[in-house]
Amino acid sequence: MSELIRMTAAELSEKLRAKEVSSVEVTQAHLDRIAEVDGDVHAFLHISENALTTAAAIDAARLDGTEHSPLAGVPIAIKDVLCTVDMPSTAGSKILEGWVPPYDATVVRRLREAGLVPLGKTNMDEFAMGSSTEHSAYGPTRNPWDLERIPGGSGGGSAAAVAAFEAPVALGSDTGGSIRQPAAVTGSVGVKPTYGAVSRYGAIALASSLDQVGPVSRTVLDSALVQDIIGGHDPHDSTSLTDGWPSFADAARQGLAERSFKGVRVGVVKQFQGEGFQAGVQQRFDESLELLAKNGAEIVEIDAPSFEYAVAAYYLILPAEASSNLAKFDSVRFGLRVSPPGATVDKVMAATREEGFGDEVKRRIILGTYALSAGYYDAYYGSAQKVRTLIQRDFASAFEKVDVLVSPAAPTTAFKLGEKLDDPLAMYLNDITTIPANLAGVPGMGLPIGLAPEDGLPVGMQLMAPAREDARLYRHGAALESLLEEQWGGSLLAQAPALEPAEMEAARDGAV
Amino acid sequence: MDFDKALEMFEPVIGLEVHVELSTKSKMFSSAPNPAYGEAFGAEPNTQITPLDIGLPGSLPVVNEQAVRYSIQLGLALGCSIAESSRFARKNYFYPDLGKNYQISQYDEPIAYEGSVEVELENGRVFHVPIERAHMEEDAGKLTHVGGATGRIQGAEYSLVDYNRAGVPLVEIVTKPIVGAEADAPELARAYVSTIRDIVRALGVSNARMERGNLRCDANVSLRPRGQEKFGTRTETKNVNSFRSIERAVRYEIQRQAAILAAGGTIQQETRHWHEDTGTTSPGRPKSDADDYRYFPEPDLLPVAPPAELIGQLRAALPESPAAMRRRLKGEWGFTDNEFRDVVNSGLLAELVDTVRAGATPAAARKWWTGEIARLANAQGVEPSSLVNPQQVAQIAQLVESGELTDRLARQVLEGVIAGEGTPGEVIEKRGLRVVSDDSALLAAIDEALAAQPDVLAKIKDGKVQAAGAVIGAVMKAMKGQADAARVRELVLERAAQ
Repeated sequence: MSELIRMTAAELSEKLRAKEVSSVEVTQAHLDRIAEVDGDVHAFLHISENALTTAAAIDAARLDGTEHSPLAGVPIAIKDVLCTVDMPSTAGSKILEGWVPPYDATVVRRLREAGLVPLGKTNMDEFAMGSSTEHSAYGPTRNPWDLERIPGGSGGGSAAAVAAFEAPVALGSDTGGSIRQPAAVTGSVGVKPTYGAVSRYGAIALASSLDQVGPVSRTVLDSALVQDIIGGHDPHDSTSLTDGWPSFADAARQGLAERSFKGVRVGVVKQFQGEGFQAGVQQRFDESLELLAKNGAEIVEIDAPSFEYAVAAYYLILPAEASSNLAKFDSVRFGLRVSPPGATVDKVMAATREEGFGDEVKRRIILGTYALSAGYYDAYYGSAQKVRTLIQRDFASAFEKVDVLVSPAAPTTAFKLGEKLDDPLAMYLNDITTIPANLAGVPGMGLPIGLAPEDGLPVGMQLMAPAREDARLYRHGAALESLLEEQWGGSLLAQAPALEPAEMEAARDGAV
Repeated sequence: MDFDKALEMFEPVIGLEVHVELSTKSKMFSSAPNPAYGEAFGAEPNTQITPLDIGLPGSLPVVNEQAVRYSIQLGLALGCSIAESSRFARKNYFYPDLGKNYQISQYDEPIAYEGSVEVELENGRVFHVPIERAHMEEDAGKLTHVGGATGRIQGAEYSLVDYNRAGVPLVEIVTKPIVGAEADAPELARAYVSTIRDIVRALGVSNARMERGNLRCDANVSLRPRGQEKFGTRTETKNVNSFRSIERAVRYEIQRQAAILAAGGTIQQETRHWHEDTGTTSPGRPKSDADDYRYFPEPDLLPVAPPAELIGQLRAALPESPAAMRRRLKGEWGFTDNEFRDVVNSGLLAELVDTVRAGATPAAARKWWTGEIARLANAQGVEPSSLVNPQQVAQIAQLVESGELTDRLARQVLEGVIAGEGTPGEVIEKRGLRVVSDDSALLAAIDEALAAQPDVLAKIKDGKVQAAGAVIGAVMKAMKGQADAARVRELVLERAAQ
């Protein structure tokens, strides 16, 4: 295994800038890694044919002295929910099989302009509906820590790609935890920025008022470097904030330098502890709180009573918006078309949607259509919006008392493939801790805090900050990461089992 | 049923929904050229589109600020209050002319609400039509049903979709139920839409050409028995797209519904189609108040909250209302009551204003529009404004004024312009329609005519000046009408005096 794939984006950036390595070498190393392990991990749905050409162009520009972007030449994986002009963009759905958009998502355009090298498109639950990536129409992604387990979802592909050293960084999208929960169960870092901090233009919409694109990486600094590139106002997205933003990389570096929580008030959400949380998850979470306290943090328990209703409200708002957002998939202008003989346009639309959508997508479209129906709107969608307001108030009052809020990033470690596939409710509850941030539009970060003693699998912590205070997450997240890595003697992912082809064969045999 | 009989038994209640296509350069939510602006009208199908207009995944809407300003102006001109904050909502329904399978519209928070429009009828009666709301939305694409006899979707082999119109900014103006118009209801419907057209034209927010669909009207009609307070069941006749048809359609519906009700039947709440050829309506789809469009606030857009200063500026810059303008113009133009009412009733006031502005005298403008152009339009069954534009009419009128054209030649020029032969100048050139102003050519023709009618000269010398008419006629014939008859007369009399 090339040592290049073990490096963080920040490290690669230094080597590239020092011309110690070329982007072509770095990109080739990752393509080799993908060829080696992705048959088993299945993080990718599509590998770019242009990666090496792009890398070569960046190398040439660097030699000309015209390429100065911090991450120029660094490879990146892109969640398949994002539109890319040179690769199919399917959102994990059969209904978009082979669809190549005529435009790049704004975040993708910004990556390209900054000289990053797109490696390919990563697997996901269909239309980002799921917490395990098992709802992909193209087969599940496997957790690099244990190939029999899920990598989280919906962005399991991006998290697994990063955790399996197939890419140093990736893009994800987070509607209710799809960046943070996969990060938690794969031992990687993922950030859902403030709603409006990153453009949604070209992100295939799940629930427009909740969706947010964000970075996935192995270190806090790397996520910060990526958000610095993809973030900021976009006139194509009316919900994008017009704020100026500080450098998140600077914030992360500040945290790495400080390695202290002196004067930082850390709120622990009372509702997200104890019952329903795996013992090893709770244990690592409690130990992390002790570590924070030992390094100066003031730990405050926060009561956020409305958070208990977050999942219920979320599963009305999300399906309602999704039922409308997904109406465009009707075969008339793009995508799959199923034409029963002699059928009218209505029947063609119905047949296409019947065949093109998976069960979970249909379930949520039906739920959402029902929730918006005349006579039910007030009771369902209307009530859910009220809960949303209450959750926003809980956050507001919490952030009067503390600087950041913390909780476990997921209630359990990675579960086994198939374990919750027949129990949608159990699957939905996996996002119990991540959903409130989406409902309130506040930023959240998932980062590894150790391995659960009972199963040796990664446990993640979630940090949340007030809206527009993404920098606070990067600063404190980086400080915590640094303190933890000191304890571990390196990154948590260094402890992940090696994914050598031979061992993987064995693992697969064992799984049969 | 006979109209008068229907009115005896029932009281008509009407409600009008007018869709106005705004003439912004780009569409309501995308940067695509707006076919209702003009230049992109009639472009090849599916060329005036962006990913948003065909609902491609990942595309997002962005509100056209000019469209919002136009909507506010229109709301103000309708006497409406402007909402401090209004919101877009999604109206969800599956239909192939909608790229997203939802229309971005406004639902419970329209930009303008509670207004009133002054409408004058032919008999001078003035109505104040109450406006419920005016809201912003996007237009849908256009379907063409191919195969089958009717051009409707039923029986068609396949349908073609053109998304050029998808996303064109619309303001939908909805009246409250209009009661008390009685037998004037059909005329009021027409006059109301005509007033709306005058308003949007005066504001310059729409090209307002009905034949292009810039202005479209849905007419709701219901009847209630005399003495009953509760409204009857209504029908909605869709897309009645000329002033004349609006009046006819409302009249027809009143008669149709009265016949059914009088026979003890019930009215189906439904949409109906208007048939220009037969002057009747036929059932469309059943419509109920429970039609479920699953409206919800559009999460891709922020609320529209126009600053009070902007509303103040737009209010201050409003042009005078059509009613006030009429009072002013009548005085300025010096028309008689009847002449002015004729112009208004023929719906040609805006054409006259533009024609006068382009340089014609008011009298000439009136003569052309209510005379020759109206006659030709009537013969073709189209709106006069669809035949020529005011600038062309003004040019022709000015050429007559300056003596370069005779009335007769000018009519030929008009014909040529309508036939698409080019500008008045080009038609004159191509058809060789210039007045012969060369006296020597005229004198030659006069001498020839006098030679053919030798007694004429003597008669004139005897004081029988009317005898010159025969010579003038012969000369005009010889000159193929391209001579100024007055000049010919002068020359004939000079010859006689010699």
